[in-house]
Formats: sequence, C-alpha cells, structure tokens
Amino acid sequence: MNEPAAQAAGSHDKVIGDVMLDVNAITLRFGGVVALNNISFNVRKHEILAIIGPNGAGKTSMLNVINGFYHPQEGEITFKGNVRSQMRPHIAASQGIARTFQNVALFKGMSTLDNIMSGRLMKMKRNFLWQALHFGPARKEELEHRAFVEKIIDFLEIQSIRKTPVGRLPYGLQKRVELGRALAMEPELLLLDEPMAGMNTEEKEDMCRFILDVNDEFGTTICLIEHDMGVVMDISDRVVVLDYGRKIGDGTPNEVRNNQEVIDAYLGVSHD
Amino acid sequence: MFYRESGQFKSSYAKDQAIFPIRQDQIAIVLILAVAFLVVPWFVNDYWSKSVLQPFLVFSIAAIGLNILVGYCGQISLGTGGFMAVGAYASYKIMTSFPDMPIVLVIILSGFCAAGVGILFGLPSLRIKGFYLAVATLASQFFLIWMFNKVPWFHNYTMSQITVPPREFLGVTVTSSSAGPAAQYLFCLGFVVVGAWLAKNLVRGRTGRSWMAIRDMDIAAELIGIRPLQTKLLAFAISSFYIGISGALIFCVYLGTVEASEAFDINQSFLVLFMIIIGGLGSILGSFLGAGFMILMPIVLKNIMVGSFGMAAVTAKHIEISLMGVLIVFFLIVEPHGFARLWQILKEKLRLWPFPY
Repeated sequence: MNEPAAQAAGSHDKVIGDVMLDVNAITLRFGGVVALNNISFNVRKHEILAIIGPNGAGKTSMLNVINGFYHPQEGEITFKGNVRSQMRPHIAASQGIARTFQNVALFKGMSTLDNIMSGRLMKMKRNFLWQALHFGPARKEELEHRAFVEKIIDFLEIQSIRKTPVGRLPYGLQKRVELGRALAMEPELLLLDEPMAGMNTEEKEDMCRFILDVNDEFGTTICLIEHDMGVVMDISDRVVVLDYGRKIGDGTPNEVRNNQEVIDAYLGVSHD
Repeated sequence: MFYRESGQFKSSYAKDQAIFPIRQDQIAIVLILAVAFLVVPWFVNDYWSKSVLQPFLVFSIAAIGLNILVGYCGQISLGTGGFMAVGAYASYKIMTSFPDMPIVLVIILSGFCAAGVGILFGLPSLRIKGFYLAVATLASQFFLIWMFNKVPWFHNYTMSQITVPPREFLGVTVTSSSAGPAAQYLFCLGFVVVGAWLAKNLVRGRTGRSWMAIRDMDIAAELIGIRPLQTKLLAFAISSFYIGISGALIFCVYLGTVEASEAFDINQSFLVLFMIIIGGLGSILGSFLGAGFMILMPIVLKNIMVGSFGMAAVTAKHIEISLMGVLIVFFLIVEPHGFARLWQILKEKLRLWPFPY
C-alpha cells in the first residue's frame, strides 16, 4: 500500500521513539548450561518487537530476565534510563513492565473481573484498614478502578464472562483475560510469551487485532514471543532471533527472513 | 420461582459490588440479624446460650480467621489452638493488670497480641509451603501451649488454670458465672457480626485479591507487583487477630475458666480446620456453615440418641464421634468444596426452579 492510500484508509504513521529497554551483554547460566550467551538488543518506544527462535533457544528465559524472575550472571538491563544488573519482579511491575505467560498463569479461583482488578493492585493505595471498613476513600478508589477495568473488559469483548471463575473458561478466553490483567497495569512495556499458542485461526486473528490495537491506541510497547511466522512477519516492526542462547539475527521481518543464519537455524544445517 | 434476580438491574458499580446484590438475600440477612438480635435474647436460656449459641459464635470467629489464612491466602496452619491460647492468656493478663479497662478493649487488644505472635510464626511461610508449613505451625501450637503452662507469669504465679474476673459491658455483667445467658450471647454476637462484616470487606477488596493471587499463582502475583512476604504476613496477622479474639471470648465469656493444655490443645486446631474444610475454603459464609455443622451436629446426634432412643450417655458419645467422622467423609465426597459451594449450586438451581429450560 502506498503512502497516500494508507493515510486515506485512516491509518497513521507509527512513530517509533527512543530506546526504552536496553539489554546489554546478558549471560545467564544454570549450572553448566548457558541459557543466554552474551545477548544484547533493545526495545524502542512504541514498537512491536518479536523474539523468535527454535525450542530451547532461551526466549522465555530472556523475558524472565527482563522482568526479574531470573538473575543473569553477567550483563545489565537499562529500563527507562535506570541501569540494573538484575531486575526484581515488583520493581519491574512498578516501573511499568507487564507480562503474560506461555502456560496461562491466571488466578484460577477468582472471577474474570477479580483477575483483571488484581492488575490494578499497584495503583490502589488505601491500606487494609480502610478496606475493612469499605467506606469513604477506599470505596471510592475501588469503584474508580472498577470503572477502568470495565473499559478493558469492553476492549477485549469479554463482558459476558465478567463474573465467571476463570478456571471454567476455555483456553482462548483465558489467554484474553490474562492479556486484560496485564493491560490493567497500564504497562509501558508489555511482554507477551506466546500469546497465540494453541489457538485456532479465528482466535489468532482476534488476538492479533488486540495486540495491534493495544499498540496503536494505548501506545504500549510490545515485546512478544511467537512461533507462528505468519503472525510474526505481519505484526512486528522488528524481530530478534535467538538460537541456543545466542542472538543470530536482529532486524526488520524482511531482513531476518533473508538472513542465512536464521534460515539455517530453522531448517537445520549439517555441521561439518 | 421466588429466588431470582431477573428484573433487578444494577445501574452503578457500587450496587453491583454490594455484599448482597440480590434483593432476596438482602431481605434474608436483615431478617436473620433481626431474629438474632431482637428475638433470640428473649427466649435464650442457660443451656442454649452455653452449649449451643456461644460455642457456635466463638468458633465462627476462629473459622473466619483460619479461613482468611488457609482459604484465601493458601497458607496451611495447624497452630489455631496456640493462637487462641495467646488471645485467652493476653486477655487474662490485661484484665488483671488493668482492672479498669473496658472489656471490649481488652478483647480487641488480645487480638492484637495474637496478631503479633501470628506474624512471628508466619515468617517461615516465605520459605516453606504446603505440608512443611503445616508442620512449622504445628510447632507453634506445641510451643505456645507449653509456654503458657510452664511460665508462671502468664497465669499470675497461681495454678496453671486461669479464671476470668467479672466485667461489665454497658452496665451488664458479661464475663464470669454471674453473667446472664442473653447478655453473653449478645456480647459474642456483636463481635461475630462486626468481625464477619470487616472480613467480608477485606476479602472482596484489594487485600483479598492479593491473598487469593498468592494462593492461586504466586509467580504471577509477584509479577503484578504483590510482595509475597508482606501479603502473607498480613494474612497471618489478620487471621491470628480473629483467632485471638475468638480465644479471648472462649476464655472470658464461653468457658470462664481455662487451662491451656485442655481448652486450646491440638484438637481445637483440627476442629477449626475441619470447620473451614467442610464449610468451604475461601468463603466467609462457609466459615459459619462449617462452625455450625461441627458444633451443632454432635449436639443433635446426642439428643437424638440419648433423648429419643434412650441410650447410655457413654455409648452415645462413642457413636457420635464415629458418626461425625462418617458425616465428614460423606459431605466431602458429595461436595469437596464444602457447604458454601453446595449453597451456591442450590442458588443457581433455585434461579431456574420450577421452570428449568
């Protein structure tokens, strides 16, 4: 699509900003296994960055390092100008990094509404004594956040399952609720670990639409892991390729598609 | 036919988030409270007050407390008896040290003492989970009871038994044997109603959600910014606060005279744990249903066997214990999530009854 046509269709040019997250020379070892070997890449404001790679390449480990579950032995992480040798989950959360998991990590005993409300925990300030009274400021705060959460519920089109315990929901909807919980944190950087795993085409299309809308409407920077190459090539601005803990590619989808090393990693090559 | 919400529209989030959003429930709770506060005190006699209502009420508070910890926050505790003893002995020490202090304040302060001890014994919960935590809390049970028996300061250097001095609330004696059955019943009821209301508010708000998040998926909980240690310790503190208040009420109102190793032994820990398992983990209503079942069922069974069949009391006691075991197993097989879940299913059925589609 040429440019005037794109503008006529109402889509506006995406402005990709400065570097938001800079991962510098990260090395992560588990005993003798080197999960991540001297990995550096960055995520720029407002872009959709995909991390791809064969199984066991270290993609999920990379996300775990970014939000502080794993502590790398070497390297440093710069997020919004703060340099750290390792993150902590609650610091990552308070700085605006939200995350979904490969195998859905929802709170199974709680309803959809409560799950998404729990994403607002960091924003709610009243202590437990106020809440016990459920009166005045605490009540007001609860209702304000409820109104915000309802917007997310509308956005994700899950109004009908608002009060359903998430344990009873089908997988595709659980993934959507998990995205909702991450969105409720109003993150600046959203890490999505295989948001479309195990979905049929229709559900994948829905999920892509939500991801693009989040990126477009809320201006959220997104870093996602995905195995469906069609999806990756379609929605991402940049792709980072990992293989056996090493970075073997970094660039636009087209550059990566034509990178010989990436092709070798995916198709296999004889080592002789 | 009568229990349904069709036609009851909520036009604000406040109404939707009410504890009892359905009108029929609102009417029911008002009726129950009216009967409990206005009707029962006129008819209650010594037997009903001492043997039925008071144990039900005080154990309901303990069950709410333990449910906060086990049902909502997912931390197993077998130290309930020990924390009850902390509440009881704290109230005794406070009453004897400050004779002029109002009894309500004494009981609330005892709750705070238990909360402090609860935080202390909750510290291991950051590192250990599940059965291992159960064993750690079991240690607190044995240690606390041993301490109250062996350290004479706690029972004011007398025999290990402690007896409550008479105290008045609003001009009416509520503690010691000179108190009337209605006054004692109302005193406990007041604590139960306020306690249950505060607990319900806590568990449906931010605090409750962070507890349940820790219970259901602690990794994801950390990710949304929940600090596990603070959250777990808060659950231990509030749970022990309730259990401490229950212990103080057991000592001051229900029993009047206690000995730590008898009134608050390991059996009480299990009794309260059974209450919440049978009543429903993670449900305030379940705490009441469980306490009701575990307290009232033995009395009903005994009355049927001794009163109707004329059995010897000793034989009846043995049969009662085995029957209770059978009933517990039966109800757990029928509904592993407890009476609260049964009630929920019943409500869902009632919505369609008598015209299911």
